[in-house]
Amino acid sequence: MRIIRYSKAISEAMEIAMEKDPDVFIMGEDVRASARGLTIGFVDKFGLERIIDTPISEQAFHGCAIGAAMMGLRPILEYQISEFVFFAFEQLVDQAQKFHYISGSKVKVPLTIMVPASGAIGSTAGQHSDHAYPYLLHAGMKVLMPSTPYDAKGLISSAIADDDPVAVFLPQKLFPSKGEVPEEEYKVPIGVGQIKKEGTDITVVATGHLVPLAIKAGEDLEKKGISLEVFDPRTLLPLDKDLLIRSVSKTGRAVIFDDSNRTCGFAAEVSAVLSEECFKYLKGPVIRVTRPDVPVPFSPPMEEFVLPDEVKLIKAILDMTGNPKEKK
Amino acid sequence: MQEKTEKQFYLKIYKNLKLTRRFEEKTIELMNRGEIPGALHPSNGMEAVGVGVCSALVKGDIVCPSHRTISAQITKGAQIKYLLAEYMGKVDGYSRGKGGSMHINAGFENDVFGVDSVVGGKASIATGIALAAKLRGNKSVTAVFFGDGAMNQGVVLESMNMAAIWKLPVLFVCENNQYAATTSASYSTLLKNLSSRSQAFGFDGFTVDGMDVLSVYNRTKEIVEKIRAGNGPSLLEAITYRYKGHWSGEELQNYVKYRTKDEIRQWELRCPILTFGKYLTANNICGQSEIDDIDAEIEKIIEDAVSFARKSEYPAAQEGIKGMYATQY
Repeated sequence: MRIIRYSKAISEAMEIAMEKDPDVFIMGEDVRASARGLTIGFVDKFGLERIIDTPISEQAFHGCAIGAAMMGLRPILEYQISEFVFFAFEQLVDQAQKFHYISGSKVKVPLTIMVPASGAIGSTAGQHSDHAYPYLLHAGMKVLMPSTPYDAKGLISSAIADDDPVAVFLPQKLFPSKGEVPEEEYKVPIGVGQIKKEGTDITVVATGHLVPLAIKAGEDLEKKGISLEVFDPRTLLPLDKDLLIRSVSKTGRAVIFDDSNRTCGFAAEVSAVLSEECFKYLKGPVIRVTRPDVPVPFSPPMEEFVLPDEVKLIKAILDMTGNPKEKK
Repeated sequence: MQEKTEKQFYLKIYKNLKLTRRFEEKTIELMNRGEIPGALHPSNGMEAVGVGVCSALVKGDIVCPSHRTISAQITKGAQIKYLLAEYMGKVDGYSRGKGGSMHINAGFENDVFGVDSVVGGKASIATGIALAAKLRGNKSVTAVFFGDGAMNQGVVLESMNMAAIWKLPVLFVCENNQYAATTSASYSTLLKNLSSRSQAFGFDGFTVDGMDVLSVYNRTKEIVEKIRAGNGPSLLEAITYRYKGHWSGEELQNYVKYRTKDEIRQWELRCPILTFGKYLTANNICGQSEIDDIDAEIEKIIEDAVSFARKSEYPAAQEGIKGMYATQY
């Protein structure tokens, strides 16, 4: 199959959706110039009316997209930084997410927000490095986080077709990564996770750009006779609890490997689900490898110390397993 | 307008004014009897704004009311019985008991988007509704209502700017009742007329007497024609006054003092409903008996709505965890 970059897969998903459905349009800051390289050539192809640059007014352009979505259009909001979630928080959680419910299911808000998640180049520091999805999960918003180019294209297609607000977090560290992606349209269903690596001893629940790191850690740990299974939820909400529980029931151990804040974070939620629904299969406590609850620091040694990576994952697993000797 | 239809039009305006007043008085009574839970934000005194604006709109023009613009929903055709059922938290309410008075939604069939209980929160959404109209090439105008307090909300100002640069068909209606809860507009801004803010965004702003329904109606009609012709948004400031507290419990908070009884009394003398009723008879548009007939008809509507809403069931408790998503997985 054809191999393309993750960023190209994102772009293709939006392009196909716009070709198919005249109600789909893109709105955001600097989208005409394609500041993130995701909408190159879109203005020529779709016109200024469907690629809309906004003033630096995050609250207002969110509301604008919500209003258009309520009228049956299918806006895609392309973020330039993930912190837009904070600027637009009221519009996202109080308006977009609540409206279907509080209207007695009369109104639909088919809105997709595309969030470039976490810094690509490192050292983007406190106000450019957040992974703000736990805030949205808490509000009940659907959150997708593809870890491969294939999942990126398929999940974005599903997000645009969905009749609710959907946030797609796209880790920038994955933008240059490559993988097999069909040319035609396809959908990766929302709410369906995937075992990205099969194993028998420990389930690692990994999200976004940590999925490839978990797979790599799994390969390293084979030498010590530890077999990791890597579960990629792909959609953080709705969470594929069935597949998660099936995996942890088999391995009896779980580590959650997630690059967002710790308190009330995604890892905390998965840990609670396992405690409530999988307790009898657990051979030990569920362990979290996450960011601590601090802003991401600027200076490289501090940043490296704070962000979760495969070294921290391996350490957590070795602590769990009593660090067996390498097999000869 | 022919004489007969003109008369009917005026009587309709009177009916919407009075129906709004009587509906809200009834809701206060029902709340005091424990039949309506939560809080009310009565608009008594401000009816002419929503009625005047919406009387100048046509079917297909969208309204985004505030939590204090029930007059707009009623003028757009919302039925009292479903409104009241919602206020009472019943299953036959417009939002099936999930919204209540602060989030009531009389629905697309009445061109209404849900009431917004977040100050100014719908200003941005109105720009999106207008953008959709523009992208789809239809001629509808969107009117969004908010109070004087919302004029200091960032999102409202951002939205005005966006509507201006894209020439969106939006009418921003500022119901200046002079107090944001207890904080007076004269304290919150230095402007004499809030409508002058429109100049900062490059579109027209107008201030009208919000106690006079015909002033509101006539000015709106003129503005809406310009908006519909593609000239972009306008701001209409209607100077008005709310007779009741910011919310239904305020009267019990004796310690909350921000305006005098005398001030309230002065504005009560300018009651938009009494004024308009007198205008109708003084100008021989109709006789007092016709007004009495409308009043009687309104009492019947209210009475029927009360009995309808009382008979309506509460939603099943477990419905509370349903309806979160339009697309289920």
